[in-house]
Amino acid sequence: MPVISAEPIARDNEQRSREDARHDRIFRRVLKFCALLVLAALLGAALSTLWGGREVLFGDGLRFLLSDSWNPVDDKYGALAPIFGTLVTSLIALVLAVPVSFGIALFLTEIAPAWMRGPVGAAIELLAGIPSIIYGMWGLFVFVPFMSSIEPALSNTLGNIPLIGKLFQGPPLGLGLLTAGIVLAVMILPFISSVMREVFQTVPTRLKESSYALGSTTWEVLWDIVLPYTRSAVIGGIFLGLGRALGETMAVTFVLGNSYNITSSLLMPGTTISSSIANEFNEAVGMHRSALIALGFLLFVVTFVVLLIARLMLRQLAKREGK
Amino acid sequence: MLTSHKSSIRFAVAAAFAVASTFAMSAQATDITGAGSSFVYPVVSKWSAAYAQKTGNQINYQSIGSGGGIAQIKAGTVDFGASDMPLDEATLDKFGLGQFPDVIGGIVPAFNIDGVAPGKMVLDGTTLADIYLGKITKWNDPAIVKLNPKLKLPAAAITVVHRSDGSGTTFNFSDYLSKISPEWKAKVGEGTAVQWPVGIGGKGNEGVSAYIKQIKNSIGYVEYAYAYQNHIGYAVMKNAAGNVVEPTIANFQAAADTADWKDSKNFNLVMTNAPGAKAWPITATSWVIMYKQPKNVANAKVAFDFFKWAYEHGQDQARSLYYVPLPPSLVQQIETYWKNEYKM
Amino acid sequence: MSANSIYARRRITNVLAMLFSGCATALGLLFLVWILWVTASNGLHSIHLSLFTKITAYADQGGLSNAIVGSLLMDLMAMLMCVPIGVLAGTYLAEYANISKLGASIRFLNDILLSAPSIVLGLFVYVIIVLPMSNLTHGSISFSGFAGSVALALIGLPVIVRTTDEMLQLVPGTLREAALSLGVPQWKLTVQVLMRAASSGILTGVLLALARLAGETAPLLFTAFGNNFMTVHPLDKMASLPAAIYQYTNDPSPALHSIAWAGALLITLFVLALSLLSRLLFSRKKVRYE
Repeated sequence: MPVISAEPIARDNEQRSREDARHDRIFRRVLKFCALLVLAALLGAALSTLWGGREVLFGDGLRFLLSDSWNPVDDKYGALAPIFGTLVTSLIALVLAVPVSFGIALFLTEIAPAWMRGPVGAAIELLAGIPSIIYGMWGLFVFVPFMSSIEPALSNTLGNIPLIGKLFQGPPLGLGLLTAGIVLAVMILPFISSVMREVFQTVPTRLKESSYALGSTTWEVLWDIVLPYTRSAVIGGIFLGLGRALGETMAVTFVLGNSYNITSSLLMPGTTISSSIANEFNEAVGMHRSALIALGFLLFVVTFVVLLIARLMLRQLAKREGK
Repeated sequence: MLTSHKSSIRFAVAAAFAVASTFAMSAQATDITGAGSSFVYPVVSKWSAAYAQKTGNQINYQSIGSGGGIAQIKAGTVDFGASDMPLDEATLDKFGLGQFPDVIGGIVPAFNIDGVAPGKMVLDGTTLADIYLGKITKWNDPAIVKLNPKLKLPAAAITVVHRSDGSGTTFNFSDYLSKISPEWKAKVGEGTAVQWPVGIGGKGNEGVSAYIKQIKNSIGYVEYAYAYQNHIGYAVMKNAAGNVVEPTIANFQAAADTADWKDSKNFNLVMTNAPGAKAWPITATSWVIMYKQPKNVANAKVAFDFFKWAYEHGQDQARSLYYVPLPPSLVQQIETYWKNEYKM
Repeated sequence: MSANSIYARRRITNVLAMLFSGCATALGLLFLVWILWVTASNGLHSIHLSLFTKITAYADQGGLSNAIVGSLLMDLMAMLMCVPIGVLAGTYLAEYANISKLGASIRFLNDILLSAPSIVLGLFVYVIIVLPMSNLTHGSISFSGFAGSVALALIGLPVIVRTTDEMLQLVPGTLREAALSLGVPQWKLTVQVLMRAASSGILTGVLLALARLAGETAPLLFTAFGNNFMTVHPLDKMASLPAAIYQYTNDPSPALHSIAWAGALLITLFVLALSLLSRLLFSRKKVRYE
């Protein structure tokens, strides 16, 4: 670290400014190097998983993506079942978390008295702070038994509805796609609701006030004024939540059942990309390892695209605000 | 402020330097690590705790499944692997590995049904295979009722539990089913991990036991110590001789006695579906796998000392967990094998 | 339809919506209380002194001391790596590349890294550190606490980059102009004026990063591996609290479950205390600039 002395040594001004410029250059380079490390970390993660999974990705190609058979005996691996499980659990999580997050954001921006907003908002955000392993424990020891006690009722009621009934038939295991989806929903709820809350607050007060002045109800202001104004950012927030749900590992591993099946019932066990990696990576060699790393690459690409959409959507609102 | 900034930077630099120099000074890590089979985890962890108290040497054994044990020793990331599936000669030679048994134990079908006590249900290989093939789906299926005329079995669906990780327990179990059921052999086959037609996957013997304990009307297969220690219901089995036998040390021993270790190369011998009158049908051996020319000789020496100690002093601990300690003749054979095969 | 019935319908819709939003909030809080309650009640039951004095080698007769030490050590090493890099990178984004293309893309990629699946970062570290180390040392070093801490650092890094970036941008431009007009070189301005002004905000980011990485399990599974004995050597395979909890939760033994709950309580308290602390710092910060 260069130290600039403050002693009143007679020094040529020119030399001093040259030195300053040199220090500035060094400083700038160090900073830039650190910033590029971020870039390197991300690119490295993408490239190393692409490299590690090359045998399967380039050797099997589409067959890897489209095969539902995960067969270590024959050393043949297909990604369809983990992809299916990842998408289904994440979709369940979104279906449940989006309306609830919307409700929470509505409550915290328009309904709750001012003194309540801070603490309640903070409490909801604490949900995001709980480590995922704790969600896993709670899920396995508390929520799974709870689900297995209500699943017979689900099968007997929802299970009889034509078309969607199939989704709710099956033995009451407690663990399975639905349970994993609900746990994921709780985990991503704080992310989506805090984005919604933040963007709802960006709506200019005069817009809302004008609508109220015309006699709109709170709901109408939200639905007809706030939501259209913030639509892209709200979608961005939802995608942000989706990105979280796709990559979550520990909580899902405990409550999903780890089975390579594609089933029509949400009560049945399944597997996700991340839980397959967590379960099998330490024992995998050869093609098996390649298949798992290739799964990791897929997950990375999918979350990258989802987060890309999220950021672009969020940026649109920021642009409109003139940021 | 300037000084506080400087001092914090200085601190960070010093700390980074300290970490870096620790790395540089001692390039060699100090622990002895084994990994693999969860089948032997209960007894190996007991041994390692006792051995550490006696000698101060710490054997860090991680229960990651036999598949994991094989993978990690091949990759050279651990000092020894443990697997309940023996490696064939070609694989051993290719990697320069040797293997020897450490303990023998029994795998039991474990279940969780209200009103059916441990040891009260009778199963045979065919029925077990059909359950795991998804052909028998209810507990009151005629095939199960026929074996258990006196039991009151529920009309509930069977939840099948299997392993989610690569497992020697799975290898022995699927090997047994392959020997009994041609359909199983054709459709599924045997291995440390197989493509399961039905069921949910638990990680390790631990995870399977935990799921069975938690899920009503489930069935799984675990090493006997897991069922016994956790008060999980287990079934008695009809063996190759047609007798119904209990999972006891004596019956595991009966199966082990049929094994002809003398003629086995690299101790490669699977004892499922053993012929003896009292033999427990899913009796399994666990093997330790190590490099014949270990890269870290000091660690390997401690590992050998550990297993020697276990053969001599660990027998009571093994028995207390319902494992069968190796007979003295086999231990002698193993020590000869060490002398002949391992170059240190 | 009469005007009255339209009015009534609108009011009912509104009331229903209000009701729904109240219920949604209550539901969110319910889950929070439920999870915390379960963790606290089970954990408090099982917290004993032996938890901190005994190691995991003795299983149900043991404790978690080696896992706690391992976690603290790996968290510390991770922070030593990600704090300086993160703060410097964030500074670059805010002060040198605020409007440049490179800055925009790094900022964007940092946001992606922020939400990247942690298990993939674990795979990455396995490929770039565990495998090469194992090959170089012929297996005598493979999985290690160091590798685990690099994986954790990758999780903490984007949090610090982002908060540093944001906090520096909050510093009023007048401060920069004042310093520059006095002829202060830019590096000095950045380190001595801007970073100082944003220090509590940056500290918030550091705490948040620690809270985030301290609870991570997935990236440690195939980097730090696990150890049943006490070790403080960074190149040893190392135990961690989240991984020990994972292992014990996955076991049928109630005695191990109760140790796992105690560990869960410890880690939850640690993480929540950090996020509350950072919130406190941040709200003070906000007041100062508004």
